[in-house]
Amino acid sequence: MAKAEDYGIPEGTKFLDTHEYILFDEDSEVALVGISHYAAEQLGDIVYVELPDVGEQFEQGDTFGTIESVKAASDLYMPVSGTITAVNHILEEEPELVNDSCYTDGWMLEITVNKAKQLDDLMDGEGYIEYVEKAAV
Amino acid sequence: MSESSTKPALPTVRDAHGNTRSVATLFELSRTGRQGVTLPPLDEGADETALMQSILPEGWQRKRPARLPEVSQLEMIRHYVNLSQLNHSIDNNFYPLGSCSMKYNPKICDWVGNQPAFNLVHPEVPQALAQGTLGALYTLQAYLKDLTGFCAVSLQPAAGAHGELAGMMMIRAYHQRQGNTARTEVLVPDSAHGTNPASAAMCGFDVVEIKSNERGLVDLNALRAALSDRTAAIMLTNPNTVGLFEEDILSITQMVHEAGGLCYYDGANLNAIMGRAKVAHMGFDVMHLNTHKTFATPHGGGGPGSGPVAANEKLEPFLPKPTVEQRPDGTYWLNHDRPDALGQLKLFYGNTEVLLRALAYLVCYGGDGLREVSEKAVLNANYLKARLKETYHEPFTQTCMHEFILTSRHQRADNKDINTMALAKRLMDYGFHPPTVYFPLIIPEIMMIEPTETESKETLDRFVQAMVQIADEAKTQPDLVLDAPHTTPVKRVDEVAAVKQLDLNYFANHAQGAGN
Repeated sequence: MAKAEDYGIPEGTKFLDTHEYILFDEDSEVALVGISHYAAEQLGDIVYVELPDVGEQFEQGDTFGTIESVKAASDLYMPVSGTITAVNHILEEEPELVNDSCYTDGWMLEITVNKAKQLDDLMDGEGYIEYVEKAAV
Repeated sequence: MSESSTKPALPTVRDAHGNTRSVATLFELSRTGRQGVTLPPLDEGADETALMQSILPEGWQRKRPARLPEVSQLEMIRHYVNLSQLNHSIDNNFYPLGSCSMKYNPKICDWVGNQPAFNLVHPEVPQALAQGTLGALYTLQAYLKDLTGFCAVSLQPAAGAHGELAGMMMIRAYHQRQGNTARTEVLVPDSAHGTNPASAAMCGFDVVEIKSNERGLVDLNALRAALSDRTAAIMLTNPNTVGLFEEDILSITQMVHEAGGLCYYDGANLNAIMGRAKVAHMGFDVMHLNTHKTFATPHGGGGPGSGPVAANEKLEPFLPKPTVEQRPDGTYWLNHDRPDALGQLKLFYGNTEVLLRALAYLVCYGGDGLREVSEKAVLNANYLKARLKETYHEPFTQTCMHEFILTSRHQRADNKDINTMALAKRLMDYGFHPPTVYFPLIIPEIMMIEPTETESKETLDRFVQAMVQIADEAKTQPDLVLDAPHTTPVKRVDEVAAVKQLDLNYFANHAQGAGN
């Protein structure tokens, strides 16, 4: 089985079954949110990303934005409850960054995490890879 | 083409028959002073400025002439005829675009819609002088009631999505009338048409997605978990968008009703069940019909369309007005006296000429004929499915309705670069319109094939042969597939650039070629 680092997944990244990831930094209690390499590949060439404004609050599972590729438009779901502290505005001009480097330059949100316990229920990198390998075509 | 020409050569393409066709824009063809129509000069001594002023006040007049192309009549005719020859349509070849029911429009339907007795009736004439048209619309309402099992129909909405919006507005009005303002959620399966969540959201509802089970049907446990006293309605199409009949439909509508919600039927796939099942009998409260998908009125290109709504006793009062009704003396009238109605959604009687085509279709086939239409649509889909399942991966193996889905899983297992899009593009080289691809989103690398009832076995066999050959090419000559299409006027399109670098203004990007 493939390892998390083979896909460039940073250590400690957690995943939703809807393919959003969250990378939580315990010291700062701030987290980065984006979509996985698998989601980016499935969507194909991404042409548009619509993101929320700084200061907006979301509950776990809420729709926080929309992503559009040449194939489809999909909602983006919040991995945990939190408040937006920064948004990657570069994606408005260069949405292809999500295809190229979803875990680094292609991040979408920076959030403060309100309920860190919610992270425990998410998949870790290895678990996520197993999950998508089952679904893969 | 002249070698000595000083202007750059005008763009041409080769059509499927190898003939050269101009694809120059009218602006490229334009030459200063060339005219399509020569107007007589003004009368001797006429004051042009005063004349213009009498037609349009000076403040509203252009300061500079509009930059319109200057071409002769013949050039203009050739321009549009040449472009039309590059189109693919059901009138030139097979068009298996799943979920769209690209069915043949019998020409007699156009003939009926074009009769001067109908199309010369001014919409403002008194109703007494439009009895023929009103009678035809009344008859159509009656046929649609009979076909769907509902008690009332409004022909107002101008398109399928418009009908869907009307239906959801009726549901909202019903709950408001009951004082149920807490019912804010609309349940939509994850395989639904995108218009369903859009219509619900337009009406201010929150959309709750219901997962499909491993057989491609609504998961009853997921449905049960989603139902609550916040549930306003469920929106369903049956057969669903993967071409499968929801076997638990009676349980589904019962569960929603028991929770206090209403059931909306999306008529997109009605072509599969005409004369076999009535939508009202499945437990639905309201639906829209797509006259272009089911009754062969013009399809695509932005309309005009028509999306009548049908409803049961519970929702009938809210139907958009006017409806066409008949007096005891046999005359017809437009009933605007419907106090709970949503109001009027479309000027006059709706898109009358489109509705007349639908009526012509229904009259031509009759009840038995319509059942046969659905049976043949289902038979054709199952024939193709059976012929292709050895070659392509079939996510759901049960008998399908009027359409079915395949994926490129087997082809991708051999060569990861091959995807459904590439196979679809290659199909154009065989003269076929590709099927719907990448919809619904629940199955990766999906293609959805809907042959419709009017295709012969010979056409279906040609399609099978092409699909099998393309699968073989994917294995043995992958570049042939990956670079396809090779024979179309426009080759592989850069879809990312097409979205991100829109080229909509001729003068912004090509001003050099402008005639003026």
